[in-house]
Amino acid sequence: MTRGLKDNTMLNIDNLHVRTGEADILKGLSLEIGAGEVHAIMGPNGSGKSTLAQAIAGHEDYDITAGRIEFDGKDIAELDPEERAREGIFLGFQYPVEIPGVNNAYLLKAALNAKRKHDGQEEIDAFEFLKLAKEKMALLGMDPQFLNRGVNEGFSGGEKKRNEILQMAVLEPRLAILDETDSGLDIDALKAVAEGVNALRSEDRAIVLVTHYQRLLDYITPDFVHVLSNGRIVHSGDKTLATELEQRGYDWVAQAAAG
Amino acid sequence: MATEPEDIQNLVNQRYKHGFVTDIATESLPPGLDEDVIRAISARKDEPEFMLEWRLRAYRQWLDMQEPTWAHVDYEPIDYNAISYFAAPKSDEDRPKSLDEVDPKLLETYDKLGIPLHERARLAGVAVDAVFDSVSVATTFKDKLSEAGVIFCSFSEAVKDHPELVRKYLGSVVPQRDNFFAALNSAVFSDGSFVYIPKGVRCPMELSTYFRINAENTGQFERTLIVADEGSYVSYLEGCTAPMRDENQLHAAVVELVALEGAEIKYSTVQNWYPGDEDGNGGIYNFVTKRGDCRGRDSKISWTQVETGSAITWKYPSCILRGENSVGEFYSVAVANNRQQADTGTKMIHIGKNTRSTIVSKGISAGRAQNAYRGLVKILPQASGARNHTQCDSLLIGKTCGAHTFPYMEVKHPSAKVEHEATTSKISADQLFYCRQRGISEEDAVNMIVNGFCKEVFRELPMEFAVEAQNLLNVSLEGAVG
Repeated sequence: MTRGLKDNTMLNIDNLHVRTGEADILKGLSLEIGAGEVHAIMGPNGSGKSTLAQAIAGHEDYDITAGRIEFDGKDIAELDPEERAREGIFLGFQYPVEIPGVNNAYLLKAALNAKRKHDGQEEIDAFEFLKLAKEKMALLGMDPQFLNRGVNEGFSGGEKKRNEILQMAVLEPRLAILDETDSGLDIDALKAVAEGVNALRSEDRAIVLVTHYQRLLDYITPDFVHVLSNGRIVHSGDKTLATELEQRGYDWVAQAAAG
Repeated sequence: MATEPEDIQNLVNQRYKHGFVTDIATESLPPGLDEDVIRAISARKDEPEFMLEWRLRAYRQWLDMQEPTWAHVDYEPIDYNAISYFAAPKSDEDRPKSLDEVDPKLLETYDKLGIPLHERARLAGVAVDAVFDSVSVATTFKDKLSEAGVIFCSFSEAVKDHPELVRKYLGSVVPQRDNFFAALNSAVFSDGSFVYIPKGVRCPMELSTYFRINAENTGQFERTLIVADEGSYVSYLEGCTAPMRDENQLHAAVVELVALEGAEIKYSTVQNWYPGDEDGNGGIYNFVTKRGDCRGRDSKISWTQVETGSAITWKYPSCILRGENSVGEFYSVAVANNRQQADTGTKMIHIGKNTRSTIVSKGISAGRAQNAYRGLVKILPQASGARNHTQCDSLLIGKTCGAHTFPYMEVKHPSAKVEHEATTSKISADQLFYCRQRGISEEDAVNMIVNGFCKEVFRELPMEFAVEAQNLLNVSLEGAVG
């Protein structure tokens, strides 16, 4: 299958098949994402949304059995997760893991320096880093004390998600995939996270929002909305599709696709 | 550190003049142990009569003691008659003449640990006159110490120059028949360090075995005695992050600390004896007795250790909290990788009123290693108001290693408060993926997680030591994941 790519294409997923354990989850998914765009990927539970996010990030438990993922025109299947990250792919986790004893600032500085090294830049020193991190935190309305805590250690659900957005803000990825960033957030936390994401929208950055509910999209307006069902994208549209899904549920899309 | 060339020359000459190294008898004793061997050791060290008597008493007691078998370690029986109990120091002719003659692998490790160039030569055993830099540093330190009235010398020197102090305190914390290895050490100890801090003196610098001239060839039966007189303070650093190889497989050291009223001793150890190859061949057996006696009221003894080396470690730095309000602390990181076995922990014996102790033990196991924490907290009937807090955490890397915890508590006073917390965790695949997704390599992620796990202990180490200890941990766990 050949498709004409847009001029600004950053991520091109073509006929992707992914298996985890014994189960085939993605079954021929195709998706093209251009720089400057915000895409929402919606779908019922178990449709393969998180699998897509994990496969793009390079999680070893997810095997690509057919198809390609191209980032900047290069197949990334053989790249380690850290190499993909350094190339500019960021995954905001649905369940950010706790790393007790490891200072939040320390992890973030190590991550930033790994990327800078990869880009041929000098490593940032502790002083400059702190300045940068505090700037970003002010932007997100976060307490600077956050930096001194263990990574996600004892964080509330909202704090964990906000921490993901902070990491994104500091690392400035070119492609950010946010996996169910809205889940488990109260309305204030949701607004804060959305503001953070909106602040990062830019011409040379693409953002993918993986979400079950339309709620997040009240605060972040996507350029495109895709419906994932049974391992494939069955319907794509603009932001109005999200509202329609909210009103009519997912079944009609899946049925329409099957019929 | 800038020293005039002339001074350096003088110092080097002085060293030979005083014969710090060279006037020790050069012949080794043949393997085997009996009273004649002990007499020979004592004679060669030119010891006073009391020292010989003390050694002989220890030997006679050792003869009817049994080697302990309760530790969670496994090794071939040791033939005590196959060991030579007095080894001649290596002469300069046998040593490498420069770093060019040293095993490149060893140098690579120094590099990873970030050991300064001028120290590498000394560590690698390069002939003395090539390492005058550290000698001059050491001498400067000695001058500063003697101004403060601090005695810091080799144990052999102390026996000759300060016999009254040695007689008074030697064996007063670890009695000769305390245990099998302590008795053996008491009979045949080779050398070690002696420290005395006079009343009210705050030792002007951290004392390190590194700065003790004549530190080489203390041998397998090291003996250390530190006495902090009333109201004094000393911080002592033992060991070195550089890998230590030794032809002697069995190491049985004894360390005694005495803190009188209001005194504080902080004792930090980084132990990195050769652990053997990946199958555990050739590693050192490290059977150590370390004990501190908080003899006076308001005294404090704090042990901090980072244990990464040795094939087998058997070691329980302990505190006897005799003085009222005295404080004992134990902070430990013990790493066991490949086939290493570690059985380590502490004993806190609360005798005085309102005595307090803190135990923080971090065990890291990787490869096929076994790592055991063994601790005793004992509150005696007269120790009203005693308190202990124990935190004992294990971190497992991989699926073939083991962590074991053996906490013992004996509480004989109703007002005592004893708390024990224990956790076992694994470096999870999720944690590693999270770090890697942020661009951090798997190896760096493991190091980061391990260092985070050990943070509470590293915080207790003197700053420079802490940095070295972190690097050491990273090197020790190289290849543990993957």
